[in-house]
Amino acid sequence: MHILKLLFKNAFRHKLRTGLTVLGITIAILAFGLLRTVISAWYSGVEASSATRLITRNAVSLIFSLPLSYKDKIRQVPGVTTVSYGNWFGGIYIDEKNFIPNFSVDAETYLDLYPEFILAAGQKRDFIRDRKACVAGRKVAEKFGWKIGDNIVLKGSIFPGTWEFVLRGIYHGARKTTDETQLFFHWDSVNETLKKTAPHRADMVGFYMIGVKNPDQAAEVAVAIDTLFKNSLAETLTETEKAFQLSFVTMSEAIVVVIQIVSFVVIVIIMAVMANTMAMTARERIGEYAIMKTLGFGAWHIAGLVFGESLVIATIGCAIGIALTYPAAAWFSNAMGTYIPVFNVEHKTLYLDIAAALLVGSVAAVFPTWRAVKVKIADGLRRIG
Amino acid sequence: MKNIPISYSYRNLWARRLTTVLTASGMALVVFVFAAVLMLAEGLRKTLVETGSPDNVIVIRKGSQSEVQSGVDRPQAAIIETQPEVALAQNGEPLLAKEMVVLIDLPKRRTDKPSNVVIRGIGAFSLSLRPQVRLAAGRMPKPGSSEIAAGQSVAKRFRGAGIGERIRFGMRDWTVVGIFDAGNTGYSSEIWGDADQLMQSFRRPVFSSVLFKLRDSSEFQKFKDRVESDPRLTVEAKRETRYYADQSEVMAKFLRILGMTLTVIFSLGAMIGAMITMYAAVANRTSEIGMLRALGFSRRSILMAFLMEAMFLGLVGGCIGLFFASFMQFITISTVNWQTFSELAFSFTLSCEIVYRSILFSVIMGFIGGVLPAVRAARMNIVEALRAS
Repeated sequence: MHILKLLFKNAFRHKLRTGLTVLGITIAILAFGLLRTVISAWYSGVEASSATRLITRNAVSLIFSLPLSYKDKIRQVPGVTTVSYGNWFGGIYIDEKNFIPNFSVDAETYLDLYPEFILAAGQKRDFIRDRKACVAGRKVAEKFGWKIGDNIVLKGSIFPGTWEFVLRGIYHGARKTTDETQLFFHWDSVNETLKKTAPHRADMVGFYMIGVKNPDQAAEVAVAIDTLFKNSLAETLTETEKAFQLSFVTMSEAIVVVIQIVSFVVIVIIMAVMANTMAMTARERIGEYAIMKTLGFGAWHIAGLVFGESLVIATIGCAIGIALTYPAAAWFSNAMGTYIPVFNVEHKTLYLDIAAALLVGSVAAVFPTWRAVKVKIADGLRRIG
Repeated sequence: MKNIPISYSYRNLWARRLTTVLTASGMALVVFVFAAVLMLAEGLRKTLVETGSPDNVIVIRKGSQSEVQSGVDRPQAAIIETQPEVALAQNGEPLLAKEMVVLIDLPKRRTDKPSNVVIRGIGAFSLSLRPQVRLAAGRMPKPGSSEIAAGQSVAKRFRGAGIGERIRFGMRDWTVVGIFDAGNTGYSSEIWGDADQLMQSFRRPVFSSVLFKLRDSSEFQKFKDRVESDPRLTVEAKRETRYYADQSEVMAKFLRILGMTLTVIFSLGAMIGAMITMYAAVANRTSEIGMLRALGFSRRSILMAFLMEAMFLGLVGGCIGLFFASFMQFITISTVNWQTFSELAFSFTLSCEIVYRSILFSVIMGFIGGVLPAVRAARMNIVEALRAS
């Protein structure tokens, strides 16, 4: 107990310097925590994916579509329970800045495959009955102030024209990691219009979403589906939802790596600042250490004092930093809106924060400790000021 | 009384080497990150600016933001071809290319991970419309054949894209007969082949875009107004430079926001470091400062001396940071452009302006970190300072 008191007393002898150092560590931990959260947000789609869902798309690339006639063939594959389909619609709401992921889907089966999209029973019925209906996630609805019954007009970028929908439902995520920023509507009604305006693009779907009975069978089912359409005009590529989401992440992997590196750089920067503080502290107290040695305290005792002081400063900074991470993350999530659908501070991030702070505290203390332990009593006592 | 000589400031830094090194290395890291982000943004800008040419006009379907989403059918393309603003080639034909652009997944050489690559179906004038693209090896694909040419960065990074190799897509094998060098531009990440052959094998009846050179650069507005109000056409026209700038708006904005946020946070840390160092420098030299004041140096020159010291500290950090940042030029970043969904490669690019801004930034960081301690030093009372041991 006395030791702890001494550590605190020592740490706050130079109030200004310690205050500045704590502030520095707070900023570093805050930055580190936020950057880590950005990375985990990047992978949120992968985390939220279900093992019982497969996605089939055109093997050439995402921009090519598949004929609707594949639906019945896929349904015959053993192990498949539900087949849904849809298109990445790419509609723009008023301005390009208001990014909303929007899909035209086969409503009933799509909702069956996504049990984590929770829709009130009445709203679900209304959505399925009304061909002009659409459903939006809670986050988008809040962002644009949409209410049930509102008209939503999208400007088509992939499917030219102006498209009007009526909001019939707002879904909530079953879990914290569920994406609540999507907007979806009936594939049928879009297809009806396409038949008139662009007949060669009608009856085509961008992807099939397939539910399998047993996650262990997923790989076999995927292979079975792809063999069905081998050597056809539109060959397919079937993968689990997780692999599909991961392929998006790996495409922008370079950016994730940069953010990762940067999050470590901030720790190194603060290490330099902290080491500097501790070096100055130890230099000023060389005389004191000599006196303690004269009184009979061992080298380890003195080492403990320097280490302890360093850790006290680092821990205080870390605690404040973690406390500030939550409001900062909430603000950031708000500012980014629908660009980052899920932005939660993970527990793992907190552990990393603590580990980083302890690392900074320890590394910063190494050199001063070595100096304090090595100093000869006579040299230390001779030093003035 | 004269000012305190500058050597006083930098010799003091040398006298307390360990502290100086630690503080300067903290600042060096900040300048490194600052410079690296600027270099990345500059690299992206350079890639895109050089990709487009201001005299070229690209015509895509109204409302579609990129060539990949666009579709221009043959009759519409033919109408555009006959517009009077289109420049003529030496043989009298319009200097215009009807192109088709699709994305395909190709596995990378090392990791085998698939990534999106742009396949561009080209016309006779596609190459001459882009003076920044030149053939580096082999030859251009012959019209009517299953031949393709790959951009240098594709040839290097994707499986089967080297010269003489084959890639299979669209139910056909395509032989790579040439490698083109497009410098820093986005074309380096593309594969080119004959438009008619590619349209056939991908079963796409429409072109993606029409690109042509203006007869007279000032006629763009006239062309745009007429074409966009023509009831037979559902297209929009953009200058090529504008088109490519629009394409990477999100990416550029992302880099800008990320860079600004990081720089602000990091520089706060480094300034705190400088402040701690300078406060300590002042505290350790209290009696020295008293002495200087007693010798007749004014408060102003003491303030200046300490500010100089802090700024030197920043400058040292800045130079070290910039030195290491300059090595980043060897690194090329390749990532997907979210707007076009295609692979985009660009490298860190150092420009004079970035050097100048980084150095300025480091000196300013030193200045801000040093201002409070220097004020404290300048305001010291002579007698009390001399009495301090």
